[in-house]
Amino acid sequence: MNKLTLGVTVAATMALFAGAASAESDMMPLSIDGVNIVTRAPAPDFLDIDEVISGWSFRTVETQALQMDDFDNPGMIFVDQAIDDWNTVEGTAGESCASCHTGGPEEFAGLRAELPRWNEEQGSLYTMEDYINLMRVEYMGAEPLKWAKPRMDAMVALLSLQSRGMPVNVAIDGPVAEIWEQGRELYYTRVGQLDMACANCHEDNYGNMIRADRLSQGQINNFPVYRLKNAKLNSSHARFKGCMSNIRAEPYAVGGEEFRALELYVASRGNGLSVESPSVRN
Amino acid sequence: MAENVKPRVRVPRSASAGEVFEIKTLISHIMESGQRKDSDGNTIPRSIINHFSCDFNGENVIQATLEGAISTNPYFQFEAVIQESGTFTFTWNDDDGSVYTDSKDITVG
Repeated sequence: MNKLTLGVTVAATMALFAGAASAESDMMPLSIDGVNIVTRAPAPDFLDIDEVISGWSFRTVETQALQMDDFDNPGMIFVDQAIDDWNTVEGTAGESCASCHTGGPEEFAGLRAELPRWNEEQGSLYTMEDYINLMRVEYMGAEPLKWAKPRMDAMVALLSLQSRGMPVNVAIDGPVAEIWEQGRELYYTRVGQLDMACANCHEDNYGNMIRADRLSQGQINNFPVYRLKNAKLNSSHARFKGCMSNIRAEPYAVGGEEFRALELYVASRGNGLSVESPSVRN
Repeated sequence: MAENVKPRVRVPRSASAGEVFEIKTLISHIMESGQRKDSDGNTIPRSIINHFSCDFNGENVIQATLEGAISTNPYFQFEAVIQESGTFTFTWNDDDGSVYTDSKDITVG
């Protein structure tokens, strides 16, 4: 696929879609600092839809442009902060991330693409947050980081960035099969005052407008995401919580069993798309 | 007091004399406007970057006074022209007295 320069692609896209009521503005290929990102892929077998599409495709050209350059991507500021954190000694053991992981964050290339996954040793489903806290508590003698707070989100972004461009490949069988089923059930169950399920927006209506926002497929290949709306990184659980609040349901707990199951299921819906973290969205 | 303030700058490594090129600057800063209130109802005091300047070999290229309406992580993008090799220095001044700097060398060739 040709790498088109930003100026040409923006002009081409605007020419193609000027005046047309099209659902996605994603005719241009996405390449970030030389790494090719797959934004459209054949849907996994368990889905009824044909194609899985990255949230990037549903955003305006201006928002898309912000993600195409690491300098312009505001999420990278937080990655910089996480790099500082990585090198900071913390906890009773007197270690930093860097002390043990001498190869740097680059050691974790490929990890994000498989998460969440079963941790055999721990006997449970592990997300990136879990691994980070496992290291902190067991090896650094440090306090665990709180989920969905700036320090944790930044570190998750730093480690997820190492898998940029790699295809999401989340296992849904074996020890996680039951949790995956639970997640699928949650995705399709209507809840809340507005009596809606994730699928109602993200499977039945992606591409359509919800008030002033364009609905995406609700993929999480790109999380943590820098949202222009709150000028910071957002984790998937924080977003799940936000969505549930939007439909006036009592949200499940961030880091709790339900959202973990949901994260596993939603992540698997994106199998085939590239890891895009940290991304820029509305 | 602002925490985690980090400047980032992008300057081309080389340029021709007289060629117009682009410089991008960014500084991570919360830019507390002084309009927000905390959960007790007290106004959170203003604490922002109030001045930005860029010099090249001691000569001022651009400077800007920032006010409360500039949002988080101020980003400045501007064009510059140089005739000789040298160093761009960037300075950000904070309300609390802190000064943040960065510099980038560029060769004319």
